[in-house]
Amino acid sequence: MTVKFEEALKELEITVKKLESGETTLEEAMELFEKGVGLTKECHKLLEAAELKVTQLVGGEELAFDADNMG
Amino acid sequence: MSDNRRIATVTQLNNFIKALLDQTPVLSNVWIKGEISNLKLHSSGHIYLTLKDEGAVLRAVMFRSAAGKLGFRPENGMKVLAGGRVAVYERDGGYQLYIENMEAEGQGELYVRFELLKKQLGAEGLFDQARKKPIPRFPCTVGICTSPTGAAVRDIINVLRRRCPSVKAVLYPCLVQGEGASKSVVKAIEYFNAVKGADVLIVGRGGGSIEDLWAFNEEATVRAVAASDIPIISAVGHETDFTICDFAADLRAPTPSAAAELAVPDVADIKRQVGEYRSRLSVRLREKIVGSKRTLELLSARAGKETFLRSLGEKQMSVDRLFDRISGDYKSILEQSQRRLSVEAGRLNALSPLGILERGYSVAMAEGRAVRKLEDVTTGDEIWTTVSDGRIRSIVTDKEGAK
Repeated sequence: MTVKFEEALKELEITVKKLESGETTLEEAMELFEKGVGLTKECHKLLEAAELKVTQLVGGEELAFDADNMG
Repeated sequence: MSDNRRIATVTQLNNFIKALLDQTPVLSNVWIKGEISNLKLHSSGHIYLTLKDEGAVLRAVMFRSAAGKLGFRPENGMKVLAGGRVAVYERDGGYQLYIENMEAEGQGELYVRFELLKKQLGAEGLFDQARKKPIPRFPCTVGICTSPTGAAVRDIINVLRRRCPSVKAVLYPCLVQGEGASKSVVKAIEYFNAVKGADVLIVGRGGGSIEDLWAFNEEATVRAVAASDIPIISAVGHETDFTICDFAADLRAPTPSAAAELAVPDVADIKRQVGEYRSRLSVRLREKIVGSKRTLELLSARAGKETFLRSLGEKQMSVDRLFDRISGDYKSILEQSQRRLSVEAGRLNALSPLGILERGYSVAMAEGRAVRKLEDVTTGDEIWTTVSDGRIRSIVTDKEGAK
């Protein structure tokens, strides 16, 4: 999850709409498709989740926070 | 007719009762506990209402002078403590409570403070919509300002883990009730802002009494929330608990779990969306290719026929043109030739020796050559003389020069 993701998603949205507008040549359509598929992969990569990382600030330091073992 | 009955006018009776009540000291200063109903905030500034409990109702009025000092806005259903005097309103023949002071019962003092501070900070513009910052759609880091041991933090983390595990959560442990709670929450908000440590903040705690939630009604907390550069989602208590922080925050969530849901997108949703885009791309490209192919086929079919017809027409045209040119030339050449022929024929005719012979001239030939001079012949030569209708043979016998 980053600003990069937001941009990639927006770009993907625009690419899809452009392709759907039907005002493209076949060559442009192929290019848009390739670009869109690339963006899709990028989005998925950015979404691929690691475990949620939770830290706790203790004395100005970030320490791992175990939400399951708290009081 | 004797009349032992005591007769009085209505006014006299009401005045009598009024006097009785006015002379009862305890009624000149009473505090009545009840629930507001039939509330009417008159444009004159007076407040008309009925106080009721399970068994009875009491009409009451609060004149503008007293109403203006109210620290909160009364509402139907609100339990209040109303202080004032009881007196008769002669015109209606009823008694009512003339309220001088009124406070929300139970919450009493805190409630009044709440309303006062809310009014004051609202007037400063701290809750203006224009101040609200948008909550980022895809935050990297969510800052959490709450107790590390409460249910709120657990709820928030659970929701974050479920919806968006790629986000990072940073908890700044806070006291959320009691002495020092406000200061602690302020410190947490200021910390995140100072180090730009999060894209969005969740500030809150689980439910509790108005006293438990009070840290979020303190001026310092509210101001810190309003001053934060990082967008803040407030999440204090339950659905029905409102704190002043809720008004100052960029977004109010009814519960801590809801705050987490508002803070991050659901990755499953987004994956679905990305997948949908992906399939739309494929579908559209396939359509485009199929469409292009069809167009191409149509065009080429049309092109074949049309090209043939066009070239045929062109050939016909050039054949015609050639024919025109050829036939034109031929005609002109023919005409020219005829003209030349008749001219030459005329000339030839003019030069024809036959004509000269007709006129009486003749040509003498010796050895096939025309005789022009004396020296062309010698005596004894044979000469053939051509005339208009034949030839004459002669022998030269003499020559005589011209004189």
